[in-house]
Amino acid sequence: METLRKFEKVCEIVDQNDRSAARLIPILQAVQSEYRYLPEEILTYIATSLGISPASVFGVATFYSLFTMKPKGKYIIRICDGTACHVKGSMNLYEALRNKLTLKEGADSTPDMLFTLETVNCLGACGLAPAMVINDEVFGQLTPERVDSIIDDILDKEEKNEFDTHGA
Amino acid sequence: MNLTLMGLNKIKEDYLAAQTVLARRIIVCAGTGCIVNGSMKVYEEFVRCIKDSGLNAVVELKKEKEEDGVFVSKSGCQGFCQIGPLVTILPENILYTKVRPDDVQDIVETTLIRGELLNRILYVDPDTKKPCKNQSEIPFYRKQQRFVLANCGVIDPEDLREYVAHGGYVSAAKACLEMTPLEVCKRIGDAGVRGRGGGGFPTGKKWEMALQTESDKKYVICNGDEGDPGAFMDMGVMEGNPHSVVEGLIIAARAIGADEGYVYVRAEYPLAVKRIRKAIQDAYKAGMLGRQIFGSSYNFDLHVMEGAGAFVCGEETAMIASIEGRRGMPSPKPPFPSQRGLWGKPTVINNVETLSNIPLVLAAGLDQYRSLGTHKSPGTKTFAVTGHVANTGLIEMPFGSTLREIVFHVAGGMTSDDGKPMNDGFKAVQIGGPSGGCLTRDHLDLPLDFDSLKQVGAMIGSGGLVVMNKNTCMVSVARFFMRFTQEESCGKCVLCREGTKQMLSLLDDIIEGRATEETLTILEDLAIAVQKGSLCGLGKTAPNPVLSTLRYFRDEYEAHVKHKYCPTGKCKKLTKFWIDENLCRGCTLCVTKCAIGAIMGEKGQPHKINQMLCRKCGTCIEVCKFQAIKGGKS
Repeated sequence: METLRKFEKVCEIVDQNDRSAARLIPILQAVQSEYRYLPEEILTYIATSLGISPASVFGVATFYSLFTMKPKGKYIIRICDGTACHVKGSMNLYEALRNKLTLKEGADSTPDMLFTLETVNCLGACGLAPAMVINDEVFGQLTPERVDSIIDDILDKEEKNEFDTHGA
Repeated sequence: MNLTLMGLNKIKEDYLAAQTVLARRIIVCAGTGCIVNGSMKVYEEFVRCIKDSGLNAVVELKKEKEEDGVFVSKSGCQGFCQIGPLVTILPENILYTKVRPDDVQDIVETTLIRGELLNRILYVDPDTKKPCKNQSEIPFYRKQQRFVLANCGVIDPEDLREYVAHGGYVSAAKACLEMTPLEVCKRIGDAGVRGRGGGGFPTGKKWEMALQTESDKKYVICNGDEGDPGAFMDMGVMEGNPHSVVEGLIIAARAIGADEGYVYVRAEYPLAVKRIRKAIQDAYKAGMLGRQIFGSSYNFDLHVMEGAGAFVCGEETAMIASIEGRRGMPSPKPPFPSQRGLWGKPTVINNVETLSNIPLVLAAGLDQYRSLGTHKSPGTKTFAVTGHVANTGLIEMPFGSTLREIVFHVAGGMTSDDGKPMNDGFKAVQIGGPSGGCLTRDHLDLPLDFDSLKQVGAMIGSGGLVVMNKNTCMVSVARFFMRFTQEESCGKCVLCREGTKQMLSLLDDIIEGRATEETLTILEDLAIAVQKGSLCGLGKTAPNPVLSTLRYFRDEYEAHVKHKYCPTGKCKKLTKFWIDENLCRGCTLCVTKCAIGAIMGEKGQPHKINQMLCRKCGTCIEVCKFQAIKGGKS
């Protein structure tokens, strides 16, 4: 049942894009915003419905950095590592966050899938360097201490939510 | 719906009539920078406070309803993000800076009701210490020449009528109704417009090439894939004046005879995507896009394509592949896109800023446009100034301005790492991002234009200027750009794919203390090979940051290589930290601040740093009040 629903939504997205192979990138963007990542079986399904080889779909999905085939956390933290942020110490923020989230070597997401930590090339908020974005919210003029408190705020909010849902 | 010049005039008159009724206008900056600083809350607070004080708050101008009140509107980026959120009060023309929601009530009472200035949130000139009432008194703005950005930060980017009220879409209408395609090409060619995306190719010539290629179908594309880290000029234009981009595209389409176009925008700029989409939608409704635009016999459809995070897609042929739904890999030129581009049809690709210039060039006439800038590079250029300067932001200068004017006058001079003034701190400017090069003290008086920069091994690129102070390690800067291009290499050309990887690891050897004297020779040889052996601009220019830092800062490279010493102390692997036991008071501040627990010690006892754990972040040096932590430089 779950899988059926999954493909229904993809079908809808593919139809909205006229089942046109030229629309592959917008299709993948829509699918990813739906599932937060690109599941392998869905990529194969898209290939079939567009009449192109799975290799070309996987090729595109792996070429562009905004596409991911791994599930991501609820909060995607992207530290800007554009030039301006870099010279203003964005990597110190990155390190501070890795420690704060106790990410293991090689891992980008916390085991509970609450956070995923990434870097991004430039957010265009260079006037406010160093900057980061958590999901859609941009934060500027950061220090490791501020980053720390932003994460704490999210953790507090999550804890409260959990309490509320369990309490209800 | 047909829309002629008379129709445009009607929109303009209606808008102006509706606006004159309103005694006052408040413009809240809604560029990315100000939004990050909370300008949307300031906006809401204005609407609320104005209503509370018994005044009428107008958020949308309506023709039918002529009413008095305070018009509260949003604008695009005003450039000086650092002192945002920015709020302009008209007709007095007062610019308030760093406005917090808490300040709004005070502004309403003091300025709106009593008509007085609220001094505490005015910008203070750091030299004269005098408060500045508006942009004309602020040095950052006073020294600029805003041509493309003139309307950015003034008009409401989401209101087509206001763009029209400022003379918008008249050039497009004239191009469609009163000029032949060849005339349009010639006019742009005679004005000497050159592409602002990097190369500086004459726009008129590009269009004429596409015009002369016979085809049943042609395309125009706006390149808004501003991937260069540290550059956000195109974002500013797309967010602040999206209709100027749409109008530029209509004119480009008319010039070459295209009936379909794309705006390719980076997905990392969600606000720009939103505003461009809205502008296109409104232009369709008003009859500027679609069938028989401006009442001519001519059709033009415009789509938005969001990028998916690949820097190489800024390259024309790669962008075409991406729009066609493929991996964004460049292909050899010729054939040039103007001969065989999107779906094999003649295609013209112009950068955002170039397109935004086009309507203004047609409206202003050749002489006015040519009066700006230099003979070979007429007009103005927007720059994103960032790094170690007092004022960071989006600026616009005539071509031929010098670095000295930009860094010391507009940007307010050098700062140290923690933002304090550092008068003699200038070291270098990285211009043109990962494809550009660095300029040094010797280039401070060099006129910035396409040709003079080429001579010194740099390029104007898209216009990112990263200013660096004396404490910046140039080897690390080169490594930063190398890592960027290495990651963004699409992998098609072996020399770019493998060469950049090897160059990166050679640079790592240098900053981590493994390099030998041979390393520099190999690095230079490889750089030249990558330049020669790559197909597209990304690979051809990838070695530029390395070559130009080697040219101007060779001594720094040699210090790293020969003496395993980083003159600025920024290369962590060449650094060691230790605590001077005689100075340490045992306050435990560093122990608590050390993110990885590498410092040990009891209160009142001298502390010690565990060298195995220390990641050399330097936080302890910054926090220690007794200067007891030593090192940082080997």
